[in-house]
Amino acid sequence: MGNVIGIGASPKRKEDQRFLTGRGNYVSDIKRPGMTAGVFVRSPHGHAILRGIDKSAALASPGVIAVLTGEDAAADKLGSLPCGWGISDAKGVPMKEPPFPMLAQGKVRFVGDMVAFVVAETPAQASAAAELLTVDYEVLPSVVGVLEAVRPGAPQLFDDVPNNLCCDWELGDKAAVETAFRKAAHVAKLSLVNNRLIGNPMEPRAAIAEYEPGTDRFTLWTTSQFPHVVRFLMGALVLNIPQHKLRVVAPDVGGGFGVKQFHYGEEAVITWAAKRVMRPIKWVASRSEGYVSDRHGRDHVTEAELALDETGKFLAFRVNTLANMGGYLSTFGPNIPTNLYGPLLGGVYTTPAIYCNVKVVFTNTVPVDAYRGAGRPEATFVLERIVDVAASEMGIDRVEIRRRNMIPKEAYPYQTPVLVQYDSGDPMGCLDGALVAADVKNFGIRKAESARRGKFRGLGYSTYVEACGLAPSRFAGRLGARGGLYESATVRVHPTGQVTVMIGTHNHGQGHETTFAQIVSEKLGVAFDNVDIVFGDTDRVQFGMGTYGSRSLVVGGAALSKATDKVVAKGKKIAAHLLEAAEMDIQFEAGKFSVAGTDRMKTFEEIAGAAYVPHDYPLEVLEPGLEEQAYYDPVNFTYPGGCHIAEVEVDPETGTVTLVNYTAVDDVGTVINPMIVEGQLHGGIVQGVGQALYENAVYDEGSGQLLSGSLMDYCMPRADHMPMMNISTHSTLCTHTPMGVKGCGEVGTIGSPAAVINAVVDALSHLGVTHVDMPATPNRIWRLLQNASLPVAAE
Amino acid sequence: MKPFAYHQPDRIPDAAKLLTSIEDSKLVAGGMTLIPTLKQRLASPPALIDLSKLGNLKGITDGGATITIGAMTPHAVVAASKLVQGKIPGLAALASMIGDPAVRIRGTIGGSVANNDPAADYPAGVLGLGATVVTSTREIAADGFFRGLFETALEPGEIITAIRFPVPLKAGYAKFKAPASRYALVGVFVAKFADGVRVAVTGAGSGVFRVPPMEDALSRSFDPSAIAAIKIDTEGLTSDIHAEADYRAHLVTVMAKRAVDAALS
Repeated sequence: MGNVIGIGASPKRKEDQRFLTGRGNYVSDIKRPGMTAGVFVRSPHGHAILRGIDKSAALASPGVIAVLTGEDAAADKLGSLPCGWGISDAKGVPMKEPPFPMLAQGKVRFVGDMVAFVVAETPAQASAAAELLTVDYEVLPSVVGVLEAVRPGAPQLFDDVPNNLCCDWELGDKAAVETAFRKAAHVAKLSLVNNRLIGNPMEPRAAIAEYEPGTDRFTLWTTSQFPHVVRFLMGALVLNIPQHKLRVVAPDVGGGFGVKQFHYGEEAVITWAAKRVMRPIKWVASRSEGYVSDRHGRDHVTEAELALDETGKFLAFRVNTLANMGGYLSTFGPNIPTNLYGPLLGGVYTTPAIYCNVKVVFTNTVPVDAYRGAGRPEATFVLERIVDVAASEMGIDRVEIRRRNMIPKEAYPYQTPVLVQYDSGDPMGCLDGALVAADVKNFGIRKAESARRGKFRGLGYSTYVEACGLAPSRFAGRLGARGGLYESATVRVHPTGQVTVMIGTHNHGQGHETTFAQIVSEKLGVAFDNVDIVFGDTDRVQFGMGTYGSRSLVVGGAALSKATDKVVAKGKKIAAHLLEAAEMDIQFEAGKFSVAGTDRMKTFEEIAGAAYVPHDYPLEVLEPGLEEQAYYDPVNFTYPGGCHIAEVEVDPETGTVTLVNYTAVDDVGTVINPMIVEGQLHGGIVQGVGQALYENAVYDEGSGQLLSGSLMDYCMPRADHMPMMNISTHSTLCTHTPMGVKGCGEVGTIGSPAAVINAVVDALSHLGVTHVDMPATPNRIWRLLQNASLPVAAE
Repeated sequence: MKPFAYHQPDRIPDAAKLLTSIEDSKLVAGGMTLIPTLKQRLASPPALIDLSKLGNLKGITDGGATITIGAMTPHAVVAASKLVQGKIPGLAALASMIGDPAVRIRGTIGGSVANNDPAADYPAGVLGLGATVVTSTREIAADGFFRGLFETALEPGEIITAIRFPVPLKAGYAKFKAPASRYALVGVFVAKFADGVRVAVTGAGSGVFRVPPMEDALSRSFDPSAIAAIKIDTEGLTSDIHAEADYRAHLVTVMAKRAVDAALS
């Protein structure tokens, strides 16, 4: 049945058959016998002392089964939600790590902090009862901005965290940087804000928990990007459930973007509650609930300085950042603005000395954690913006200053001064390709045409690199990771030669069921249609760390590749026996095991059959069956990168920025499925454009209210915001991953914000504008032009 | 959503009677504002009175010097109407800019006008054209109908049945969409009649309002340049996370110019 469809082909996605015909299986589609409904009661205050909760009216409400609070959780001696990373300051002092109770105890620290869980027969009954819960709050002033949070006299979230400072982290050679700055011919300075974002996956978070008294087993269905990690964190560290008594299932999940790669309190509460009420419970978040409980992203305030010599060569780079953690430490929280930020400040340049200080700060806001790109878009934005500032101040062309500082292709592998060593890359090749693809040489004609219509046109570059394929475990461990970051895959060849793969990554929009099947089809010579990929169930998949950090193909695909190699190796032993030849003489190609130099051969199906019906089989030296497993721990990160060029048009009358052209030339290593890579780039770029032009999470200082708490006030990018994108690849092969792959899930989001903002600044540079904070909304651009007090007529 | 009784009367007097007899009951026209409010549990009327089965509330009729649009006529029908496009193209254009396709198919002119959302589009068209709001009991001139933030001249139990628009010499609408909601951050409707020009602004303040200095200037010369220098006082204009009052004031002038351009094109 069917054909081999291998690496480099673009078959239609296998998973789309069920998605496009309404046959997906999402958490909220699942129904369990006797299922009840749960609703969370959340704090309406940013900061308050929890003086007491009166459950009586809620408990008396029709259909109510249970009302659980932080006191109940404390009485059951449940653990705090764990942080997966422990960072330290320059002196080795560990970060402040206050407890994160699954239901608030003593205090609430952000609007949305969970106060109680109400279980009832129906969702409407649970909602009605939740409104009857009487919570006695003593409201305290909230602090939501990082600058405000570290000021003397600011509201303090935790008694034992002075000045709300979680950690004063640093990286790099401070003294060498200071020395270089003293010798600099020019110093470019830039202050900027990296705006706070809310992920908004299409499917809101949801969970169902069930306890089976007969087997003493729990099952949690959850909208997660990493079910095995949830099983470990929740079972071992929060609820004290042995791993073999806990099954976590993440079925079809409608988008993650990082929002679903954390262990959330909701998961722990619902699992704990399911045993207390002895009934399955379902909870499905509303969109509004997601706004105040899904982990947010970004939210930095940064001062950066770049030292240059008289020719525009970068001598040193110094970055001081305040990073918002929100009210508690989320699963990866402190890792994002530190380890995934500082090491990226080298970019594609040969800057010899870099120093980065990050003050990680608690505020009365939703906890901040990884969001597509996670730390790397923030680093890229700082670097690519200040390169433009320096070019402008020194009168050097923006492309030319990049060329003068770029790491040449021949210099790879390249050791940066900030921990990471790039294995491969060709930033100059990507830049050259993008200049042609974007038709930069005719930009002046287009700009003049815009000017005739009263519009300002601008062009912006972002030549960037990122670190992905998270992560080499030993390296990550030195940086503070409390877990491993490898991946695993099992290749199960059935007696008839079809293949089922069990893999620890999770597919929630990335197309793994297609790309991983292509890898197996190519490597084993079996038909693409004869390969199924199983993921997202701790009872079916051996182990895994999940999907985030552009790791699935890089790390999971590598494990899969290794496991298929093991299948071939065993198949050769079986074939050698059946063909009465030496194992070393057996060749495997296009699904056939043959004796070199002869026409004697066995098909893959014949070998599979022999392995499961071992009548003629070397049972003395070889086990029957054909199923192999591999774990893969990467030796290094991978470093995809490229050049993005954005072209915008600004309407000076209204301040509206329109993205008119977008070109990306990216190095993502080997491409398994070009269609899927293009789709990942499209989605990533749109999310980056969203940050640059539209998205902004705004809190009210003092009250801690989220002012952008719905799609009516938080602007997601829409299809009509985007031009057709011009996407291509210019790949060098990763030297240390089995297939030369580098990953592509986040590159679009990392490269694009700087390209767009650089284009906006370019469009307005003749008016003296040197920087625009994100998002570059019409209101902000108009105000900038007003403050410039310059005529708004086009040149 | 909290429980409520549901009525679907087929005569206007029956609907009016239900509305007056059940305290806090609500009419449902297209439901584009009401249903989301119910789903968020922000409102809990004891009863909903669905207007969709009432006769004669849908459709557009040509009265020669006027066009009458039934209260239950959806925006998409107005936008696509050859009659409206031919006689008041600015009104058809306004209807085509409301919300998204789903909203335009469900949402109705009567619902929009009765709700009087400060950022809705129709109030600008109704006030800008000096239309007449026809109700179950009387006729109300647009100038006396809109009373600020979600307030209108409607009495308890009074139901809008149609809006009657005079056909202008020229009319145009220009809307600056709020980035997220796509409601009007500022929308301006301009209509030129034989006896003068009317300018109505939505989105900028707590309710739709006219701009007499612009009307005077455009009555003298119906050209964008006539109002380019007219600045709007920020007093009473809205400031929020999307736009401060001074930006909205600026946009009123810009959108008014563009509305005149649209009317002239």
